[in-house]
Amino acid sequence: MTASVFFGCTFIAFGPAISLFLFTIARDPLRVIFLIAGAFFWLCSLLLSSLVWFITVQISNKESSSQQKGLLIFGVVLSVLLQETFRFGYYKLLKKANEGLLMLSAEETMPISIQQLAYVSGLGFGFMSGAFSVVNILADSVGPGTIGIHGDSQHYFLSSAFMTMAIVLLHMFWGVVFFDACEKRLWWSLAVVVSSHLLVSCLTFQNPQYVGSLVPTYVIMFLMGLWAFFCAGGSLRNLKFCLTCKDKDFLLAHHRPR
Amino acid sequence: MNTSESEEDSYNERTALVASEIPSMPSYQDQPQPEDMEHKRQRPVAPEQAAEPRSQVRGGVEREPVSQDDEEELTLKYGAKHVIMLFVPVTLCMVVVVATIKSVSFYTEKNGQQLIYTPFTEDTDTVGERLLNSVLNTIIMISVIVFMTIVLVVLYKYRCYKFIHGWLILSSLMLLFWFSFMYLGEVFKTYNVAMDYPTVAMIIWNFGAVGMVCIHWKGPLQLQQAYLIVISALMALVFIKYLPEWSAWVILGAISIYDLVAVLSPKGPLRMLVETAQERNEPIFPALIYSSAMIWMVGMANPSRNAERASQDTDEDADQGESDALARDGLEPATQVSSGINRSYTTEDDLDEEDRGVKLGLGDFIFYSVLVGKAAATGGDWNTTLACFVAILIGLCLTLLLLAIFKKALPALPISITFGLVFYFSTDNLVRPFMDNLAAHQFYI
Repeated sequence: MTASVFFGCTFIAFGPAISLFLFTIARDPLRVIFLIAGAFFWLCSLLLSSLVWFITVQISNKESSSQQKGLLIFGVVLSVLLQETFRFGYYKLLKKANEGLLMLSAEETMPISIQQLAYVSGLGFGFMSGAFSVVNILADSVGPGTIGIHGDSQHYFLSSAFMTMAIVLLHMFWGVVFFDACEKRLWWSLAVVVSSHLLVSCLTFQNPQYVGSLVPTYVIMFLMGLWAFFCAGGSLRNLKFCLTCKDKDFLLAHHRPR
Repeated sequence: MNTSESEEDSYNERTALVASEIPSMPSYQDQPQPEDMEHKRQRPVAPEQAAEPRSQVRGGVEREPVSQDDEEELTLKYGAKHVIMLFVPVTLCMVVVVATIKSVSFYTEKNGQQLIYTPFTEDTDTVGERLLNSVLNTIIMISVIVFMTIVLVVLYKYRCYKFIHGWLILSSLMLLFWFSFMYLGEVFKTYNVAMDYPTVAMIIWNFGAVGMVCIHWKGPLQLQQAYLIVISALMALVFIKYLPEWSAWVILGAISIYDLVAVLSPKGPLRMLVETAQERNEPIFPALIYSSAMIWMVGMANPSRNAERASQDTDEDADQGESDALARDGLEPATQVSSGINRSYTTEDDLDEEDRGVKLGLGDFIFYSVLVGKAAATGGDWNTTLACFVAILIGLCLTLLLLAIFKKALPALPISITFGLVFYFSTDNLVRPFMDNLAAHQFYI
């Protein structure tokens, strides 16, 4: 417990996300704004799904724990669907805003492309989702206590942190693939994104058998990562150029005259 | 000495100042608003965006050769930069307040002391009585604020500048010395740090003296910004401690409504104040408004760029620039706007952009921080705090967007506080049980 667990879990959960933010988003004010707007949209979807869940709980039998668990599962599924709906809504809003700006400015290019918006909004969703899932747990990990003293799993904090990292990165990948699918009208891809989100959430129903939930989640994360990489225009050739510093476009764009 | 009395006295003064300033400054002006300075201290201030759109319009007109699309793209990027220039200090202030609330228990302890502006107690027997008391407290607080604003307008109209200036200095003295001393004392108590009076005296003396110089005279921009953030945080902490629970929420709501009314209605005292200032075209007092860019033309800590501008300007422009520089109220792009834009075709775009900044009244900082601090204080749930934080930032963003669209003065409080309140109550009552249940079973959504 205490400081080492707190810092360790915080960095596991948010390390990749924060470094992505610092290196790619923090410099550009427009991206920061869209990130925060994405977080806001996720928050709204959570609010709506909590409202529905709350109402169902109030009218249900509070004594029966199986019914409560059933309602919780219903809440999770509803929340996932609402999140994806709000992601779609955010996409529509961004398209409209983009079109409006394009009309006003009569310029060919936008200050921020739809792919960048996809990445940034996905990360915004991820940040908020991860934060809501894990911040209270992290706050508790600072204080005194013994994990799992009543027979629960001892790996609660660590597994939560790893799960959160996976969720944050997954949201980012889902965002990229989702927007790309909407742009190209590939409804199949959309369905796959939504169902993979559902799958990841439903896998967590097996917790605390972490093997059943964490391992498949990470597999899905890697697959989605690959898919997002190819959606965003990456290829093996690009990757090779990037790693060997031979990417002429990138070098030209970032060249600073002496 | 009875601590409560002295605190209330000093608080009286501060609230007196606060009260006068609270009605938000309605408008934007791209002309100097001298009086605003006084207000600014702790107050919700209407964002005054005007100068920016005006300047852009002017810039557009003068920069005929430059294409319109560059203008628009510049507008978007420029607008985004301004939004971020406000996000950062608002976030910092909130972080300071939340960190203090979570660690120093003094600011969340209620020992029955209340301000004289909220005389009705909330330790009542029934819910109805409690609600009634909080509404009465709010009415008293808001009427004090309105009264003070009217007093200020009258003082300004009759040119009692010295009085206003003195009032302002006294208030910041109180904050910089007395309240920071209290804060330091509580932090030491929390962390059990042994300290002696001579050391504390030296620390507080230095902190306060440098603060007075930076805020009321000249100093490095970032130091001034840091001091403004610190005093906003201190003020917010005092509000969080001394306002009773329900009264605080009702006051927050009422202040936003009042802000809306005072800024948008034609007979609002703030509007009158602003118009008077515009008529007189006067330079203003050093303000307690957070500014994110260099604005003075004369004798600043970073004279190079501005000296160059001053030399290039005509006398008229220079005067205008100086008064513009000093005029900061609510949300405004930095002064140089008019002088900058007049020479826009000769100066580089980024020079113009860098010189412009944004200004936001300290009252806005304070009330945003009060909201987030109260969310952090009650319940101890971090989700609620995060939700309020995001809601306030989005409200600020929307306010700036509306300003850019409507190009007229809009208050900074209503949208953010409304979002903040909605998200606070809904997250606390709806989302919290849901997320707690999910965390207990370790389900992820």
